[in-house]
Amino acid sequence: MTNSINELENDSKCIFLIGTNTTENHPVIGYKIRQNVLKNGAKLIVADPRRIELAELADVYLPFQPGTDVALFNGMMNVIINEGLADREFIENRTEGYEAMAEVVAKYTPEVVAEICGVDAEDIRKAARLYAESEAAAVCYAMGLTQHSTGTDNVKSCCNLALLTGNLGKPGAGVNPLRGQNNVQGACDMGALPVVFTAYQAVTNDEARAKFEKAWGVELSGSNGLTLTKAINKAHEGEIKGMIVIGENPMVSDPDLHHVEEALDRLDFLLVQDIFLTETAKKADIVLPGVSFAEKDGTFTNTERRVQRVRKAISNIGDARQDWEIICDLSTRLGYPMSYNSPEEIFEEIRTLTPSYAGMTYARLEGKGLPWPCPTEDHPGTPILHKEKFNRGLGLFHAIEYIEPAELPDDEYPIILSTGRSLYHYHTGTMTRKATGLHEFMPENVIQIHTALAQAKGIVDGEVVRVSTRRGSIDLKAEVIDGIREDVIFTYFHFAEAAANQLTNSDVLDPVAGIPEYKVSAARIEKI
Amino acid sequence: MDIKLTIDGKEVVVPQGTMLIDACRQAGADIPTFCFDPDLKLAGSCRMCVVQPKGWRNLVASCVTPAQNGMVIETESPDVIEARKVVLELMLARHKLTCHTCEKDGECNLQDYCYRYGVTESRFVGKVHSLFKDDSNPFIERDYDKCVMCTRCVRACDEITGARAINVMDRGHHAKIATSFDGELADSPCVFCGQCIMVCPVGALSSKIAAGKGKPAQNEKVLTTCTYCGTGCTLELNVKNDKVVGVTSNRDPEWSPVNRGALCVKGRFGWDFINSPERLTTPLIKENGEFREASWDEALNLAAQKIKGIKEGYGPDSLAMFSSARITNEENYLAQKLMRAAIGSNNVDHCARL
Repeated sequence: MTNSINELENDSKCIFLIGTNTTENHPVIGYKIRQNVLKNGAKLIVADPRRIELAELADVYLPFQPGTDVALFNGMMNVIINEGLADREFIENRTEGYEAMAEVVAKYTPEVVAEICGVDAEDIRKAARLYAESEAAAVCYAMGLTQHSTGTDNVKSCCNLALLTGNLGKPGAGVNPLRGQNNVQGACDMGALPVVFTAYQAVTNDEARAKFEKAWGVELSGSNGLTLTKAINKAHEGEIKGMIVIGENPMVSDPDLHHVEEALDRLDFLLVQDIFLTETAKKADIVLPGVSFAEKDGTFTNTERRVQRVRKAISNIGDARQDWEIICDLSTRLGYPMSYNSPEEIFEEIRTLTPSYAGMTYARLEGKGLPWPCPTEDHPGTPILHKEKFNRGLGLFHAIEYIEPAELPDDEYPIILSTGRSLYHYHTGTMTRKATGLHEFMPENVIQIHTALAQAKGIVDGEVVRVSTRRGSIDLKAEVIDGIREDVIFTYFHFAEAAANQLTNSDVLDPVAGIPEYKVSAARIEKI
Repeated sequence: MDIKLTIDGKEVVVPQGTMLIDACRQAGADIPTFCFDPDLKLAGSCRMCVVQPKGWRNLVASCVTPAQNGMVIETESPDVIEARKVVLELMLARHKLTCHTCEKDGECNLQDYCYRYGVTESRFVGKVHSLFKDDSNPFIERDYDKCVMCTRCVRACDEITGARAINVMDRGHHAKIATSFDGELADSPCVFCGQCIMVCPVGALSSKIAAGKGKPAQNEKVLTTCTYCGTGCTLELNVKNDKVVGVTSNRDPEWSPVNRGALCVKGRFGWDFINSPERLTTPLIKENGEFREASWDEALNLAAQKIKGIKEGYGPDSLAMFSSARITNEENYLAQKLMRAAIGSNNVDHCARL
């Protein structure tokens, strides 16, 4: 997030939610948005193919067709430019590339966009005016915006909208990705990515590499590595021979599980470090028992970039070991000795190599934590990014044309399948399905289907139906609802025995980010 | 503008508009409350916080009475004590006194105040009707026979979570907290966040997941960060005999900067996977398609040997690592360091895209 979570409750005058079912996936952020609307009268715009809970409170609800995000953003920007609502001063002083963007956007009139997105042109105008006329407007998004073959374009469009209206660098505004996993921000910050070291220092940058080579005392590779989705494909092709998987469950979370299983089966060696014998661990040659968050000290970094302490509450279970100790021990046996006395000692090393964390110490993190960048020990942390200038200097507009999703419905697969999470479960269910209350409350998967589609197919609520895509079929209980587009069906991906990702597509990835197109698969639903 | 008043003989200066309760607390007085909650709208209903302004005819509820310039307040006068005792006796008249098996034993306002004022039983004997109702949800236990009708749960549901699942139903002796049409929570807009448990001053609301495992007052509480979504909520793991037996939360923004004590169903009730018998407790090595238990030395040596073999045979880029968005920063740092420095490849990623 460019801004911080509590601004959404106290400072935002307008909140635009696109591709985030906030009350289910980030419930506490959802409460805050709801309170801002109810108590302070903040305006709310919701764009989602499903009528999510917060849509009930929205001033404008746009039930747009999955995968048409760029068109929707361009349509809103078209209205903002034509009605003179753009922030001219901000564009003049803080941005570049406006002309090229405006030229593309000119084609996307509300009427053209209404046709593409399947929403009212008037609602697009209303949303654009609400957002642009508010003193501080925040956009929040999650995987609903990013898990598309055009995910990167979608995010850039989101930035265009904020730049056009000067909604960056001030309280209550910003471009705010709500990240789905407790330390996904931290894992990225720490360089658990194939192209960067910590703090996004590129592995291809000679200077950065020299710095890490010096600190680590070893020569490092300067060529970009493989993303997770590409690594699976390369394993399938036999080029990747061995894998180390720590606390991940690609056998449930990755696209096209049949393909994943084949890929893992082709490996010469698979090492899994986890707290449960997950579907992925079952495929391993060696399984090493790590520990849960309750058994460890360290830090997590949340979606607003706040680094906070994790504190050990209980001892290791059985003969399990601290994950950092396992990594050190393995590294040492690989001939590269690693030795630390505590997570704090590791953090001290991180600080020396990571400019955005340089000013943090465990003592400083004790109470409220600190949002990065925090470059020096007297720096208070940075709740709001881009206040005076952007990292590159001027904010860059991108001219982006709408491109259709890679997999479109046809006669054989006439509807769109989308996937996501429930309030009651988390990711691949490794933890929540073993939490007694959560499992009891939601023991199995369902497929959500609109009443009209159900009637046309003769499907009744609670009936087990077959959902198929070009990858395969799964049988699921139908949940017949009104709050979803008639041409869209939705299921959860938490359930290994009825795994949504048997249906999703691993062939199509966003060309830049390598993210799979989870929100759009051409599908068919039928009675059994 | 500031005003001046005298509380228990002590002079205090407060801004105009300050409620008496805050002025009294500023003067060091210990004002007992049930319905008052600094984060919620004022109810002014329990009368426990009454104080005596000199020259006034009545005692006043300090939580809803603004301080006035020149006021002289007594917070523990005989009249005040008598009034508070009556309030406690009225509550006891419909309170199931099963403190020995109560989850809130040791951190219950009713228990503490009865102790403080020596109230052992109620003079008000009469018809007691049990409002017992079984709600089949797996998370929240509501014991109507312990409810003091402070309505903090109603206000927290509305003002923190915004679910608006519960409200007061009926009046007088029959009044109780209920969902619309007195149905089950699962059929209401309840999202099982448990904010109602967090604010309940007595044992009327408690966690079914933690029930019987350890009384929160006796548990060690370890403040940490939630393991689920990216919001970064702070919560307290309750520990007894080296086992996690519950989750509570700290509402102080200095310690809970993001969520201020508010949690969701996963944070508050999704913790018992920690104690699952399915947890891995020893290294495993697969032989002929079956796992067998192994020592750390054996498992790590074999892993190192396999990884080295692949690296030597096919080069470092024939290996890949998936690190994790669930492990700490320190562990992610070491994981990528292992992949880059020990193995020599940048093939490290995690589930950020999934």
